[in-house]
Amino acid sequence: MKVLVCISNVPDTTTKITFTNNNTQFNTAGVQFILNPYDEIALARAIELCEGGKGTVTVINVGEASTEPTIRKALAIGADDAVRINIAPSDSYTVASQIAEYAKDKGFDIILTGRESIDYNGAQVAAMVGELLNIPSVSIIKKLDFDGTTATLDREIEGGKEVISLPTPFIASCAEGVAEPKIPNMRGIMSARTKPLAVVEPVAATALTSISSFETPAPRSAVKMVSADEVAKLVDMLHTEARVI
Amino acid sequence: MSVLVYVEHAEGKFKKSTFEVVSYAKSVADKLNTGLTAISIGTVAQDELSSLGKYGAAKVLSVSAEKLKSFVNQAYASVIAEAAKKEGANVVVLSNSFTGKGLAPRVAVKLQAGLVAGAVALPETDGGKFSVKNTVFSGKAFAFTQLDSENKVISLNPNSYQVNEGGSAAQVEEFQPATNDSDFKAMVKDIVRASNKVSLPEAEIVVSAGRGLKGPENWGMIEDLANALGAATACSKPVSDAGWRPHEEHVGQTGISVSPNLYIAIGISGAIQHLAGISSSKVIVAINKDPEAPFFKVADYGIVGDAFEIVPKLTEAVKAYKANN
Ligand SMILES: Cc1cc2nc3c(=O)[nH]c(=O)nc-3n(C[C@H](O)[C@H](O)[C@H](O)COP(=O)(O)OP(=O)(O)OC[C@H]3O[C@@H](n4cnc5c(N)ncnc54)[C@H](O)[C@@H]3O)c2cc1C
Ligand SMILES: Nc1ncnc2c1ncn2[C@@H]1O[C@H](COP(=O)(O)O)[C@@H](O)[C@H]1O
Repeated sequence: MKVLVCISNVPDTTTKITFTNNNTQFNTAGVQFILNPYDEIALARAIELCEGGKGTVTVINVGEASTEPTIRKALAIGADDAVRINIAPSDSYTVASQIAEYAKDKGFDIILTGRESIDYNGAQVAAMVGELLNIPSVSIIKKLDFDGTTATLDREIEGGKEVISLPTPFIASCAEGVAEPKIPNMRGIMSARTKPLAVVEPVAATALTSISSFETPAPRSAVKMVSADEVAKLVDMLHTEARVI
Repeated sequence: MSVLVYVEHAEGKFKKSTFEVVSYAKSVADKLNTGLTAISIGTVAQDELSSLGKYGAAKVLSVSAEKLKSFVNQAYASVIAEAAKKEGANVVVLSNSFTGKGLAPRVAVKLQAGLVAGAVALPETDGGKFSVKNTVFSGKAFAFTQLDSENKVISLNPNSYQVNEGGSAAQVEEFQPATNDSDFKAMVKDIVRASNKVSLPEAEIVVSAGRGLKGPENWGMIEDLANALGAATACSKPVSDAGWRPHEEHVGQTGISVSPNLYIAIGISGAIQHLAGISSSKVIVAINKDPEAPFFKVADYGIVGDAFEIVPKLTEAVKAYKANN
């Protein structure tokens, strides 16, 4: 079995988000980049599915050379090999096009992504790759079982879940519940340095969207404190002043 | 040119997020001086379908083919794209719900359309451009995403656009799309819905609790408060990591982003990753025993004190208020 895991390189979750150039560019100064937390979940499940010689896990990233530490981390966690498509991502469609182009003739049985990237949060790449490859896609799954021919997935829906059964090949985007992220051990870190990381040149793909500017949320007004002895007053304020109940 | 909106239903009934998305699509259509058509897939009664006229849909295409009764991403996307072509719609609007997240990207690729996910405002169309404000960085910021393609797909965040009523009944038309067998490889085997639970992403009020609650056995008082308010329950990440609450209640940068009218945070410190997912809440209340808790810096109302004393009192006060109003 061959599993492909799409990984993105995103600002650390503690990053205070600011912009430069008249709010047209994300300010990367001093920002630490990490493997997208949801992609860690997808990767962990892929490794579990392939354990004991049942298959191989390839990770793919669309990005410039600066993403290589994140790719090496995925190799240290346990991916067998890696591919980097050498272009800065411009929008989800171009990322999906690059991934689909690479994957189309490689015979991957299962392709996994994270539920969303925590920077641009489109939750778009998985379903776009599915469409481009004309294979089923299931977005935002909480569980993935595979018996060798048929996969059973739990897809999240408002207030519940849908249980879906489907054959390979397919693509799914993973959320919490699918697996526990794995921490690289010493052997993993050592071997990551020598595992294959192929750099592939991109195909032509035109972006369909562009970001013209950014904005940060308006600062909130100062907090109004209510005494612990006057809880009923809070209810009154939420009704008459804030008008939310 | 026209605007097409996909209307989601749960077991034949439309919900508030559907009315939001229709109201939004109607405003987009008005802005473009064109009309709005809705498309519904699955079994929905005629009067329920025509009631969408109230929110601005002039026409509703109803797809009731047996094969399309349960949701299959690939097949539904084909139907929506086909309807868009038939209607000459170059803007398609969907909800950025769990289902919308699976559909919108496929529809966009089929129509070679740019997609803006998580829209929070109407498009700006000055100077021939088409730009939509959407959330990025898990709610830490907004972007103005410009759609450069002829066709455009927009998915609207729940609780981000006001429901507008005023229209009259819509004309309902049966639509029989061509179906392709290769679209039906995935099969829904079961749907499990927790009844009587308010859905978190769509909730107007959210009662959320953190590690300050000490253990899962103490969530009864959180549920009581949520029930009194008609609210959904939520939690911080360490709480779901520890298995005190299910994962789907975890709010924040690596969990669900919510934008309710009222978010009540109980025994949650207010870490940056938590705040990312709740910052577009309209009103925030923090209850924490530590007066220095970072949550008080972003809250609109705060109470310093022990949750175990305050929450039951608050529930009583809410019940008293509800009894009188
Ligand atoms: C990669 C990454 C991603 C993350 N993503 C998320 C995310 O999406 N969402 C998220 O929530 N966190 C996330 N976190 C974790 C985050 O950094 C915080 O650790 C977490 O939010 C803290 O949860 P908490 O406030 O419940 O617990 P604590 O920080 O332990 O706070 C407990 C609070 O309860 C108060 N308290 C204690 N007893 C009482 C009492 N009796 N009455 C009233 N108050 C009381 C304390 O004063 C304290 O403020 C992430 C972390 C990382 C590293
Ligand atoms: N540049 C990229 N390279 C490889 N995979 C990516 C890239 N960007 C996003 N992905 C994958 O797509 C998922 C969803 O991302 P998004 O659609 O941007 O929210 C991520 O969790 C990754 O698995």
